Amino acid sequence: MIEPGRYRNGSFRLGRAVAEITTLRAAVSELIQPGDTVALEGFTHLIPFEAGAEIIRQSIRDLTLVRLTPDLIADQLIGVGAVRELIFSWGGNPGVGSLHRLRDAIENAWPNPLLIEEHSHAGLVNRYTAGASGLPFATLRAYVGTSLMGQHGNIKTIACPFTGEELAAVPALNPDVAVVHAQQADRMGNVMIWGISGVQKEAILASRRSLVTVEEIVDELIPRPTSLQIPSFAIDAVALVPHGAWPSYASGYYDRDNDFYINWDAISRDRQTFNSWIKRHIYEAHHD
Amino acid sequence: MTEINTREMMIIAAARALAHERTCFVGIGIPSIAANMARRFFNPNLLLIYESGCIGSKPKRLPLSIGDNELSDTAMAVVPVPEIFNYWLQGGKVDVGFLGAAQIDRYGNLNTTVIGDYAKPTIRLPGAGGAPEIAASAKEVFVVLNQSQRSFVEQLSFVSSVGHLADGKTRSQLGLRGAGPTKVITDLGILEPNGVELELTSIHPGVNLEQMRGETGWELKVSSRLVVTDPPTHDELKALRRLKEGLW
Repeated sequence: MIEPGRYRNGSFRLGRAVAEITTLRAAVSELIQPGDTVALEGFTHLIPFEAGAEIIRQSIRDLTLVRLTPDLIADQLIGVGAVRELIFSWGGNPGVGSLHRLRDAIENAWPNPLLIEEHSHAGLVNRYTAGASGLPFATLRAYVGTSLMGQHGNIKTIACPFTGEELAAVPALNPDVAVVHAQQADRMGNVMIWGISGVQKEAILASRRSLVTVEEIVDELIPRPTSLQIPSFAIDAVALVPHGAWPSYASGYYDRDNDFYINWDAISRDRQTFNSWIKRHIYEAHHD
Repeated sequence: MTEINTREMMIIAAARALAHERTCFVGIGIPSIAANMARRFFNPNLLLIYESGCIGSKPKRLPLSIGDNELSDTAMAVVPVPEIFNYWLQGGKVDVGFLGAAQIDRYGNLNTTVIGDYAKPTIRLPGAGGAPEIAASAKEVFVVLNQSQRSFVEQLSFVSSVGHLADGKTRSQLGLRGAGPTKVITDLGILEPNGVELELTSIHPGVNLEQMRGETGWELKVSSRLVVTDPPTHDELKALRRLKEGLW
């Protein structure tokens, strides 16, 4: 059993020797609670789709979802009504067009009203970086002159104490849970990612709890070009979920299913078609 | 010359603009097609940077997204997303940022966020993504979009990325370090800033000024040195069509 609370002392996670290697169902049920702030990261590559599907199957609601690029995974969670607030910086179907469920929630409050905290990529990336760094906020050259400023309370300005120059400031983001997908873990729960690594490392290090789903569990992690490893002590749970990033991709395992991204436009455009797809492909599909 | 396809003219004009550039931060869609055509046809040394962390990608086929494996597999380096924005872009290493938009105003401000009211939009667009900081920090910015009364508007619903005058302030008053949009390339012509306002500097072959003004939502200024864009050459068209068919 994973007991997330046990590993925390004050604001620090005490850390365990190794991550628990468990099933997706057990990990989601034990690490993600209704009302949590959940970061689901993966920048085009390694999007944790199957973990998102498991959140839907377990009917975990009232979530604050954090994702730089809420693509199809966010469209699914928003469309079933699991998300109360979305913190994001670009919400589209890359190269295809709109996310129809996201639009329906914002434009028509269907199936529920959706609160949004909108950033630029640089702004949200720096919220994670500050969170991972144990700082209260981050500064960056951003937002000035745009209408993004003033839409919510999490973009402000601050004067540089050395030069007086005015810079943008965003508060640290420390989600309750980060969920990412990776190619490999070893039997100790150390994780290796290669190819585009997005903000996965920052999301894990900024969050109170973390779950990594992987394509494969191997005896030994062998470094390769562009690979980065995240040591087991920084992770709470690892679950073996082959094909867990489909329809996005896992470099070295399978390609991006661009046809599915294109087909999603028609699946998601109509509420009934979307509901039927979710019923058939998420509720009636089981993974352990 | 057969009749010119205006979309092809736009992409080719955009690709030509990159002929002598060194590093280009590439947005998805038409900017990506144009940047890849530029690298294959005009400028083999053009370094493509994608916000997914791919630096120096040499894709053999056109990517659908900014994070396709074709981009990371062919990249010189793949770095985390915080590094791309903080070191490479904010640090001033990008010569040209290449952006699309849903709407533009006479100052080159861009809207990619909403049409209508922000809280209750008529159309919710994807949002800003990497564009605000590309527009702020790239040494210069090229914008590519189709020109119409819907896209070339007097008043933007939302300023996602800053051009030459926003909130009544110039770029230097706002503390923005890049030069901002220096070319706006459309299916009808090319606009460049004269002071803070865009003016028409090149009109594509087969387009007349009346048509140009009719597709602009403000009173368009026309440069005294207006030229006609060189029509696409046979080789340019062949290169673009081969690129789109994945036949390099």
